Amino acid sequence: MSNEKLLVGPAPHFRAKEDSEGMMRDVIIALLPALFLSIYFFGILAAIVVIVAVVSSLVFEYIMLRARKKTATKTDYYSAALTGLLLAFCITSATPFWAVIVGSAVAIVIAKHFFGGLGFNIFNPALVGRAFLLASYPVMMTTWFKPMDAITGPTPLNLIKEQGISTALSPLFFGNVGGSIGETSALALIIGGLYLLYRKAIDFRIPVSYFGTVIIFSHIFGVDPLFHLLAGGLMLGAIYMATDPVTSPVSRPGGWFFGAGCGLITMVIRLWGGYPEGVCYSILLMNAVVPLLDRYLPGTRFGAKRRLSLKK
Amino acid sequence: MAHLTKEILKGFLDENPVFKILLGLCPTLAVTSTVINGIGMGLAATFVLIFSNLLVSLIRNITPKKIRIPVFIIIIATFTTIVDLSMAAYLPALHKALGVFVPLIVVNCIIFGRAEAFASKNPILSSVADAIGMGLGFTFALVVLAGARELIGSGTLLGFNILTNAYKPMIIMILPPGAFLSLGIIIGLLNLRKESRSPKCT
Repeated sequence: MSNEKLLVGPAPHFRAKEDSEGMMRDVIIALLPALFLSIYFFGILAAIVVIVAVVSSLVFEYIMLRARKKTATKTDYYSAALTGLLLAFCITSATPFWAVIVGSAVAIVIAKHFFGGLGFNIFNPALVGRAFLLASYPVMMTTWFKPMDAITGPTPLNLIKEQGISTALSPLFFGNVGGSIGETSALALIIGGLYLLYRKAIDFRIPVSYFGTVIIFSHIFGVDPLFHLLAGGLMLGAIYMATDPVTSPVSRPGGWFFGAGCGLITMVIRLWGGYPEGVCYSILLMNAVVPLLDRYLPGTRFGAKRRLSLKK
Repeated sequence: MAHLTKEILKGFLDENPVFKILLGLCPTLAVTSTVINGIGMGLAATFVLIFSNLLVSLIRNITPKKIRIPVFIIIIATFTTIVDLSMAAYLPALHKALGVFVPLIVVNCIIFGRAEAFASKNPILSSVADAIGMGLGFTFALVVLAGARELIGSGTLLGFNILTNAYKPMIIMILPPGAFLSLGIIIGLLNLRKESRSPKCT
C-alpha cells in the first residue's frame, strides 16, 4: 500500500472510523435477511445460485489480482463477495450454475478489472453481469419459479405488463411472489436498508429521490405507486445497487439527481418499454453520467457559504 | 522486392488498420456477426483499395492539390459501384447480408486514409503492395473478430456447427454490444503483448 497515490481534497477534512472494508461488511450483513427469506421462498436452487456466484466471484477476483500483480487486500475480497451476492440476488433461481459463473466472470473480469479494479469501475459490476446474462440467454433468464413451488410462473411485473393483472400488495411486501432471488421481499430489503442507514453505509439521498420519483411518476400517469415501489427489483436496486459508493455521485445534489434519474428511467421502461422491468438498465444508464454529475453539481464544501465554483 | 514485402506485411500486425490504427471500425463492428460476412466485406474493401491506390498513385503527379479529395472520392466511388453491382449479381445472399455497408465502402476511412497518406505520395508498385497489405490486414482483422463472435455467439464457424448442440450460444456476442466487447478485448490483449515485449521504462 505504501506506493499508492494519496489524493487529498480541499480542507477541512473529517476523520472517520469507517473504511471501505467495514462498509462492505455492513452491506453484506444487511443483505442477510433477504438471503434467508429467498432461500425460504425459492429453496435449495436459490442457495446454490448464491453460493456459486459468491465463490466464483472470489475465484475470478483472485485470478485477476494475480494477473494484474496487485496486492490483495481484505477489501478486494469483501467487494468481490458482495458483487457475487448482488449478482445472485438479481437473477432468477432457475439460472444453471454455469451461467452464474459466466455472469460472475463478466462482472469481475470485464466490468471491474478491465476498468481498473476496485474504485475505478464506471458501471455496477453485478448489474453488468445481469445485463450480460439477460442479453445472452433471454429465455433462460426470464424463467421464473413460483415461490415454494417447482413450477414456473410470471413475475408481478410480467402480469401487469402483458395481461394487466395487478398483484396484491401483501405478498409483494413479504416476498411471496415470483422474481429474481433477492428482490422479492420488500420487507427484508427495507430492514437491511434501515440497518445501512443506521450504520451510515449508504447515502440516503439516492433511495429517497429514487422512491420519490417513482411515487410522483406513478401518480401522474395513474398507476398504483405502492405496487411499483414493491414490485420487481426496485427496493434491491434503489437501496443496495444505486448506492454503490464507487458508481454513484460523491456530491449531495448529484445524489438527488442520480436517484431521480434512476426512478424516471425505471418508470419509463416499466410503462412504455419493451421489458417489464427497468431497474437494472436505469441504474447502468445513470452510472454512465456520474462523472458529469460530480462535475456540474459539485455541492457545497463543508462550512462554505456558497457553492464550489467550477472555475479554478 | 524486399520493401514491397515489407509494405504488404506491415498491414497484418504492426500497422493493422483495425487493431492498431483503429480505422474502418464502422463496417468492422457492424458486419462481423459471421465469418462469411467478414470475409466478404474484407475482400470487397481489398478490391476497392487495390484499384483506388493504383489509380491515385498513377495520377498523383497531375492531380491538383486543392481538388485531390473530390478526385479520390470519384475514383473510390467508381470501384465501390463495381463491387456493389457485381456482388448483387453474383453473390446476392452475401450482398443482402452486408446491406448498406457495401455502398458505404465509399467512405471507408481505411481506403481514404491510404489514398491520402500513401498512394498520393508513393510510386505505383509500393502503393499496390500497400493496398494488398492493408486490405488483407483488414480482412484478417474481420475474420478474427467474426470468428470469435460467431463461435461464441452461435456456436458455429463458417456455418458449421462446431460446438455441438450442448453449447448454449451466448447471443450477446452476435449483437452489437458483443462487437464492441470482443474488439475491445482483442485490442487490449494486443496492447498487453506489446507492453510485455517492450522494456519497462520506470
